[in-house]
Amino acid sequence: MPPALVAALIGLADDHLILGHRLSEWCGHAPMLEEDLAMPNIALDLIGQARGLYTYAGELEGAGRDEDALAFGRLERAYRNLLICELPNGDFAHTMLRQFYFASFMQLFWQEVESSTDATLAAIAAKAVKESQYHRRHCAEWVIRLGDGTDESARRMEEAVTLLAPYAGEFFIADPEACGAVAAGVLPETQALQHAWQADVEQVFVAAKLAPPEAVYAQKGGRRGLHTEAMGHLLAQLQFMQRSFPDMTW
Amino acid sequence: MYSQGLIGSGDQTTETPKFLAAFQARIDADEKIEPNDPMPAAYRKTLIRQIGQHAHSEIIGMLPEGNWITRAPTLRRKAALLAKVQDEGGHGLYLYSAAETLGVSRKQMTEELVSGRAKYSSIFNYPTQTWADIGAIGWLVDGAAIMNQVPLCRCSYGPYARAMIRVCKEESFHQRQGYEIMLKLAEGSPAQKEMAQDALNRWWWPSLMMFGPPDGASEHSDQSTRWKIKRFTNDELRQKFVDATVPQAQRLGLSLPDPALAWNEAGGRYDYGEIDWDEFWAVVKGHGPLNKARVAARKKAWEDGAWVREAALAHAKKRAARQSVAIAAE
Ligand SMILES: [Fe+2]
Ligand SMILES: [Fe+2]
Ligand SMILES: [Fe+2]
Repeated sequence: MPPALVAALIGLADDHLILGHRLSEWCGHAPMLEEDLAMPNIALDLIGQARGLYTYAGELEGAGRDEDALAFGRLERAYRNLLICELPNGDFAHTMLRQFYFASFMQLFWQEVESSTDATLAAIAAKAVKESQYHRRHCAEWVIRLGDGTDESARRMEEAVTLLAPYAGEFFIADPEACGAVAAGVLPETQALQHAWQADVEQVFVAAKLAPPEAVYAQKGGRRGLHTEAMGHLLAQLQFMQRSFPDMTW
Repeated sequence: MYSQGLIGSGDQTTETPKFLAAFQARIDADEKIEPNDPMPAAYRKTLIRQIGQHAHSEIIGMLPEGNWITRAPTLRRKAALLAKVQDEGGHGLYLYSAAETLGVSRKQMTEELVSGRAKYSSIFNYPTQTWADIGAIGWLVDGAAIMNQVPLCRCSYGPYARAMIRVCKEESFHQRQGYEIMLKLAEGSPAQKEMAQDALNRWWWPSLMMFGPPDGASEHSDQSTRWKIKRFTNDELRQKFVDATVPQAQRLGLSLPDPALAWNEAGGRYDYGEIDWDEFWAVVKGHGPLNKARVAARKKAWEDGAWVREAALAHAKKRAARQSVAIAAE
């Protein structure tokens, strides 16, 4: 079971690190000062969650890898994040819709993990569930404001819905490497969360006067290290210091 | 991060001598001036300019450090840097709010900033080239900001003084965090130590310039001192900063890039070399390495975000209209 759980935790940690990285790119460039504070705040929570997950994965693995070895020390093919997390930010509508999708999914996910048979994960989930609730609310409000704002904001929101549609399905595709952890009751089966997630999205889209996303062919592969071309550039920044100055203390 | 010695404008007030004397008496009695209190127009204008410049400095200051968020060397450093840059944005927000109590809107101030007319601390026009710059900025730039801002906690204008109390607590946390980054580098590999020394070499002189022009050349100090907006002169604050910082550099085992730096036994202070005021004025006047890029980045954020702000406003109006219809129907 540990290898499955380690793989699952690394994938989950990668989701949080990579999406936190993307969100942090907005810092200093947001549409308003309040969002210059809110987006880094969410990014901080995501990076905090990644740290807890990497640390625990490293302990279970027992190969001496700490959070930084896992976060910075792998090649692109070894990162297991969902593709939606690595997509470039696009405009504010795209960023907020992506964040809403992710937070809505994670809120459901962490709610299940709170009753995990693994006490360490249950503790991580207890904190993360509150954070993802706040993220979900903040981003859902933006989806509604932009969807039901001006003609331009509604058009941009619709574009974001179309652009993200192929990437939302990956949340619910079973990760074969992690299925041992699911079978042991340590982590939830994500497929079982799809219904609740869709209901949440629908409810927000109604308030936002947005048409629901069309069912499209789902892009997948993140959990197997098959990434978009954007990923390598993201990692070039993320890993710059550790690659330029290996094995040093900072 | 900080407000620089003020530049530009010298106003005459039209208030009666009796009014001005009564105002001065309140200041002399160390009373706090609050937003609705009568105040001379020049007092208001000086504060709007100073608080505005300070707020802009916090906001522009997010950019050089933000430049390293995606490249921080460890997750712990990344989280700390994100939190720091977010704090600076928060400082900007309180300061804009303090300025708004004087009758100027955040929108007006932002438009001045993105048009390139507003001043902000010149130090942020220098580039952050290496990770050590993040340590040097925290240590030196936040350190200089604290020297400037601690006296502002006793400023005669209440909302500014109160904002500064909160801001100073966070700035001193930033300063310690920056120093700790430098300490790790100084204790590290030769490459890390070299990076730290190089950053110190580049940031030392601009940090001294943060206190503004030398006392003889500063236009606003006298009146600002009488009004208890300013409590120390630029040179006094600069000296305090040098005296506090030299021993810190020694503890790091780094050298300051000033051959004239020496302990003055009789004066109980460090003497330091001549500051390159030509460079200072060039940067103030817009010729620093990144003046144009800094303003352009904020301008782009402001312009690209216009549709978001418009949408938020339009949505709020729709909501309010729907609510009043609902109430009318009850
Ligand atoms: Fe600040
Ligand atoms: Fe400041
Ligand atoms: Fe600061």
